[in-house]
Amino acid sequence: MQKTAFPIGAVLRYFAIALYVLFALFPIYWLVKIAVTPDRLIYTEGTQIWPSNFTLDNFVSVLFLTDFLVYFKNSMIVSLGTAFFTTLVATAAGYAFSRFHFRGKTIIIALMLITQMFPLLMIIAPIYKIMAGLRLLDSLTGLIIVYTAFNVPFATFLMQGFFDGIPKDLEEAAMIDGCTRFEALRKVIFPLTLPGLAATLGFIFTAAWSELLFALMLINSDAKMTFPVGLKTFVSKFAVDWGQMMAAGTLALIPSCLFFILIQRFLVKGLTAGAVKG
Amino acid sequence: MTMALPTSPGNGRGRPLKRFQWLVEPYLYLSPAIILIALVILVPLVVGVSYAFQAIDLLNPFETGWVGFANFEKLWADRLFWKALTNTFWWTLGSLFFQFFLGLGLALLLNKPFAGRGLVQGLVFLPWAVPAFLSGLNWAWLFNPIIGPIPHWLAALGIMEKPQNILANPELALWGPIVANVWFGIPFFAITLLAALQSIPRDLYEAAAIDGASVWQSFIKITVPFLAPTIAITVMLRTIWIANFADLIYIMTGGGPANSTNIISSYIFTTAFRRLDFAYASTLAIALLVLLLAYAMLILQMRKHLVKGI
Repeated sequence: MQKTAFPIGAVLRYFAIALYVLFALFPIYWLVKIAVTPDRLIYTEGTQIWPSNFTLDNFVSVLFLTDFLVYFKNSMIVSLGTAFFTTLVATAAGYAFSRFHFRGKTIIIALMLITQMFPLLMIIAPIYKIMAGLRLLDSLTGLIIVYTAFNVPFATFLMQGFFDGIPKDLEEAAMIDGCTRFEALRKVIFPLTLPGLAATLGFIFTAAWSELLFALMLINSDAKMTFPVGLKTFVSKFAVDWGQMMAAGTLALIPSCLFFILIQRFLVKGLTAGAVKG
Repeated sequence: MTMALPTSPGNGRGRPLKRFQWLVEPYLYLSPAIILIALVILVPLVVGVSYAFQAIDLLNPFETGWVGFANFEKLWADRLFWKALTNTFWWTLGSLFFQFFLGLGLALLLNKPFAGRGLVQGLVFLPWAVPAFLSGLNWAWLFNPIIGPIPHWLAALGIMEKPQNILANPELALWGPIVANVWFGIPFFAITLLAALQSIPRDLYEAAAIDGASVWQSFIKITVPFLAPTIAITVMLRTIWIANFADLIYIMTGGGPANSTNIISSYIFTTAFRRLDFAYASTLAIALLVLLLAYAMLILQMRKHLVKGI
């Protein structure tokens, strides 16, 4: 490895790290900056790094004068629901992939890979028809079902990686002691995969939180809109209400970020485990 | 391959119930996933594929029906398709190249402990959490010379003669969404590669150092081979996702100016929603699907060799 850190090397390292942090944060800073700039200065002081005046009006009007809180609540329901059900279904599937050899396994894995390979647009019309047939249009339940289906393949590969990392002897020992396989899964394996479950939950939560296309197609009443669709209402045909939109966007980043920071530690382990073995 | 493996519990005891359980159990665990994916993705996919062999143009409702391979002949002769294919190639390659190497660089930096590492990790991974719609609008703003700072910086640095919007310049427009996409995607590679780096046994490096290997030599001989399987699978997944990822392009440039940023998946979007030609949109999607399948098979084959090589 490197000879004991000479100062120049250390300085360069910190410089590189600072560049990365700057690159990652600057656009997010810009979002917040537009949100706190008074409307009349948004364009005139557009290129300035720091606005000459500062206001929270945009946040106030987003919170109290628009339906933002409704969108926010709907997004919360959909994202949490999707994260929960996807993780449940993907855990079972990942467990089967990890612990059993069975007929058709390769085909099922191949089909799951194929689900990642085409633009969702191609199947939006048929999905619309199916959801209409099931009377699940304009319903949060319908949205949760669709999101769950689309997130299950990736989540399954992720969970399979975690299960692969847990020695089989553990549950076999439990089964010899008289547990059924399901009991062994619940009592022995489940606690060990908690980090993996957290990672999967977080990953799916962020994905569902920011999904726009399906939400746009399958939801049409104001009361059922999710946050990204609501965000789009700030963009009208003629003008964009930048201040309010960026304020709403900033507010909407908060739960995503909280979730992200919470799962940070687990996520690192989770993704590779899935990626390597997937 | 039979389903009853020698290790199956209860197999030796020969109790029919247990054996039945062993046969059925994996499908039980898989059934929710299979039913859900079949109903919501695979059935619509088959329907979607069938569109490509029909004429479904909402603007010409009376000219519908099966048309065989007519849509594919049209595709072959469509200059916009070939243009979009070329753009898809550069979009995917450009985004992937910078996401990967910058992500790898970040992972290497974060691999060694330093003061404040946890905080830095948290901050640099934030872009992955911003919805694409929002980051597209935000980057479009940043690139706009009237209201955004980037063109002025480029002009001040002498890279640009005077502040211009690169999104309006057919020669450069694709770089706008690529920069936004690189910003968004670095965290993915940083996370995966960091985790892989941390699983490399430390003593390998020490042994190499004792044998007089340089930093570069141990990077090439130890780090790269250990990362290779992870790299293969993440590069494959990201390639597929990026090639399909039209959000940023659609929001920042809408495929323009003069189709200079139109990739296949944004072309599909405009074909379906502006021209309401769902049959041709499906044909385009199938072309993309076939290309990505071929690519995935190639990568999986390569990965097999790499994994064997270790």
